[in-house]
Amino acid sequence: MKGNYDKAFENVVRLRVMSILMVNEEYDFNSFKEILEVTDGNLASHLKNLEKQEYIAVNKSFVGRKPLTNYSATNNGKKAFQDHLEFLENLIKENKT
Amino acid sequence: MRKPEQELADIKSMMERSTRFLSLSGLSGILAGVYALIAAAIAYSLIYYPNLPIGFRTSYINDDQVLPKLLLTASAVLILSLGTAWLLSKKKSQRTASKIWSPASKRFLTALMIPLITGGIFCLALIFRGYLVIVAPATLIFYGLGLLNASNHTLSDIKYLGYCQLGLGILSAFFPGYGLIFWGLGFGVLHIIYGTMMYYKYDR
Repeated sequence: MKGNYDKAFENVVRLRVMSILMVNEEYDFNSFKEILEVTDGNLASHLKNLEKQEYIAVNKSFVGRKPLTNYSATNNGKKAFQDHLEFLENLIKENKT
Repeated sequence: MRKPEQELADIKSMMERSTRFLSLSGLSGILAGVYALIAAAIAYSLIYYPNLPIGFRTSYINDDQVLPKLLLTASAVLILSLGTAWLLSKKKSQRTASKIWSPASKRFLTALMIPLITGGIFCLALIFRGYLVIVAPATLIFYGLGLLNASNHTLSDIKYLGYCQLGLGILSAFFPGYGLIFWGLGFGVLHIIYGTMMYYKYDR
């Protein structure tokens, strides 16, 4: 079967984070928190997980005095997500036949 | 594991919600159209009355008193329309439990405002240099371009409104003297039609 089921995207928060980063060049921590409606700790641990696998890159900066943490998808991450999508699509096709 | 169909639907909805500003309200389009029609009526009474609002140079905007009044009317409509749009979008985003101030809404505003502000300043320059005859086409064209530019960042139906404004703007450039009518059609009638369609499609 084509594609690859990626354990990293088994969790719905990580799947959503990656979906967002596929279509947004950058997305910051607070915006993730708002759109995903998760707690700081929960989000941080999932982001850390994706970062460890080198699926996302972190870019910390300051806006005035406030810290701003931006995330972006790495090429590795994009490839892994594409494979995961392909797997899901094939799964649907197989179920139909 | 959830069903793959669910997973894909979830992915798609996240992609949409994170890139598009979906809280634009149809009602604000209708109200903006109504304000514009009222303003057009005021402008008519200032410029043409008691003549008909057609024909080139049957009436002039030559009175020093008229121009500031027209600018004041136009600014009032602009502020009222933007204010209404903001308030209603805020209400809609509360209803759908999404934030009005998100990366998506910022991109939408930037995409819309850059052509709009450029056009606004350009039209002021036209007015001060006395090229009044192409102000109406220019406002319509810049507005249409702004809408087209912003359509990637919101409900994409807005691009049809953009195409119509562009068409009207170009047409009105070839019919000097009918500026107020084209302006009323574009900012008034089209907004009301568009707002009504959006209201029935998304808001109910």
